[in-house]
Amino acid sequence: MTDTSGKNRMLLSGNEAVALAARDAGVALASAYPGTPSTEILESLATLGGPAQWAPNEKVAYEVALGAAFGGARALACMKHVGVNVAADPLFTSMYTGVSGALVLVSADDPGMASSQNEQDNRRYAPAAGIPMIEPADSQEAYDFLFTAFEMSERWKLPVMLRMTTRVCHSQTVVTPRAKGLDPLPTHFEHDIRGRVMIPGFARPAHRRLRAKLAEIYTWGETMPLHRRFDGSKKLGIITAGVCYVHAREAAPDASFLKLGMTYPLPYNMIKEFAKSVERCVVIEENDPYLVDACRAIGVACEGKAEMYRFDEMNVDRVRRILAHDESPEPVRPPGKPPQLCVGCPHRSALSVLKKLDCIIMGDIGCYTLGVLPPVDAMDSCVCMGASIGNGLGLRHVLPPDEARRVVSVIGDSTFVHGGITGLVEMAYNPPPTGHVVLILDNGTTAMTGLQDHPGTGVKLNKKQTHKLSFEDLARSIGITNVHVFTGVDPAGFEALVKQSLASEELTLIIARRPCLLSVKKQKAQPKAAAEKTNA
Amino acid sequence: MPEDTVTNVVFAGLGGQGIIKASDMLAEAAFRSGYDVKKSEIHGMSQRGGSVTSDVRFGREVFSPMVPSGEAQFMVALDSTQIDAARHVMRPDGLIFNPEMFLKDGQTFDDFDKNPGSPINRRNLNVALLGVLSTHLDLEESVWLEAVYANLPEKLHEQNAAVFAYGREVGKKA
Repeated sequence: MTDTSGKNRMLLSGNEAVALAARDAGVALASAYPGTPSTEILESLATLGGPAQWAPNEKVAYEVALGAAFGGARALACMKHVGVNVAADPLFTSMYTGVSGALVLVSADDPGMASSQNEQDNRRYAPAAGIPMIEPADSQEAYDFLFTAFEMSERWKLPVMLRMTTRVCHSQTVVTPRAKGLDPLPTHFEHDIRGRVMIPGFARPAHRRLRAKLAEIYTWGETMPLHRRFDGSKKLGIITAGVCYVHAREAAPDASFLKLGMTYPLPYNMIKEFAKSVERCVVIEENDPYLVDACRAIGVACEGKAEMYRFDEMNVDRVRRILAHDESPEPVRPPGKPPQLCVGCPHRSALSVLKKLDCIIMGDIGCYTLGVLPPVDAMDSCVCMGASIGNGLGLRHVLPPDEARRVVSVIGDSTFVHGGITGLVEMAYNPPPTGHVVLILDNGTTAMTGLQDHPGTGVKLNKKQTHKLSFEDLARSIGITNVHVFTGVDPAGFEALVKQSLASEELTLIIARRPCLLSVKKQKAQPKAAAEKTNA
Repeated sequence: MPEDTVTNVVFAGLGGQGIIKASDMLAEAAFRSGYDVKKSEIHGMSQRGGSVTSDVRFGREVFSPMVPSGEAQFMVALDSTQIDAARHVMRPDGLIFNPEMFLKDGQTFDDFDKNPGSPINRRNLNVALLGVLSTHLDLEESVWLEAVYANLPEKLHEQNAAVFAYGREVGKKA
């Protein structure tokens, strides 16, 4: 939304601000796989008419963006925190190859796990991979810092990480965008075999080049304008970064602050000087003790937070407690109503049949994971994207036959494309003695993150038609002997098919194909909305 | 309200009731009035019928996007079962507005839904409650309507202007 006062102000979420900055910064290609809290970055960029496309998974998204940056373009790859695990392989070595244009990786962490399977702190990736990391506190900084990230990436020819968190991604705050953006960079491929072919002989000097660049960035960072210092009371000084800064400013308005914009490499001299200037120095950060450990490693006397505050999000109340050394149990809030599978959702009936047949259900990431909760109560594992198939095969190999025969892997359509295909290859390559049954719950959309398209839907992020991946053809070519597509609504028919498949002791893929109720609603609404526009 | 006071409103309800839409409208009204505004909620699960809360804060300068405990002056509850989950953010003298304030003795929401002449129904309760809230906030009525219109298709403008006005009348009497 735009202010009507004539000022160039907008109220944007952090994700929308990154999308706007990507467009204004002349990004030539943005690639991502949907994942809360990062999904809306590419959706917003697509709405702005920007060059945004979904990839099958985060590794491919990062590789596509890296390729674009090899060709001299500014490129963007966005993902949730666990997505960086998937993309970690190209990420680490891309720090050796560097880029010709510019590449920014957005890592959207989820402290408190609003919609995630773990609470990993991706700040740890920065020193591990050697990727410079900057952290915005609000939407204005998300906008501004993306420009800075591109400037840094172009200057040092290195990928740069913009690390966001759920509250920065999803909170709406006021943004004043730049009056003038950047022109896209000209693209061209220049051979650089020693620079990009990472065989050991070329990678050894490349590692040294990376460390030399990081040393330069460190020196630059000691003076960079991204860090901000506020000299308030000398009694209390707070070192912080990202969204924790706004919580801490509110909790301790009179304190002195060192707000770090770049959190890798850290400005050690700036931190030392700040700590010396105050009587009591406290580090306020979410999740892991990343900043406080770094400060202590350089001999800065500072307080961190008690272990109890490692878990869940930071907020104003918690900062007040930390500053008061209050380690008493936090008040227990009445639980809200948990989410559940929609009434009438096709996943419900499929999972209920597995439950009825007393199956051991290796589950996966998606709406159907909610099947673990009442009233469905049908899921025995959920680890990461695609794990259901490997987990199921492992169990089939070691369990006594009477138990092994009950194991089923359950995976959604988008998750199957993301991380399940190689599991199916493994199934054909190392078939368990009792065979195996994989069930793809194909509702034709990435439902959990808000109904995104994927290669199996045959529609791109910009809504244009493209090749539609056929799971049936893929499975047959992989070597799965029995492929069944079940489109019925009759639970008895589905039950008979599952029973027969389990009893056959062969390799079976069942595709239970019925559209997501929410997507049907959306599809019905879309032509109507388009028609209304035409009439207007 | 003094210059440096931040106005804190928390919205509570269940996925699908219009919580996010209502909080968008308030945030937009405050934004169009020139305030610093921050609005925060967690997405991701809201389509699955779970609890949803949304915080809107505005004033001269707002730091945290989340309302600290005990600092909300107002709660707009679209489902009264969800009040307890958000009560800890309320100031002791904070005001809670919920759909039941539109019911007269013996009435139920079925009476509204069955009566096509009724100014309000379950689907527009969010705008009706914003009308009530508006009588407690120093934002121009014209800016409120701009914010409501900006978040709805044009064919719903007239109807929602009437719903908002109805909410204002109820708010003034309450």
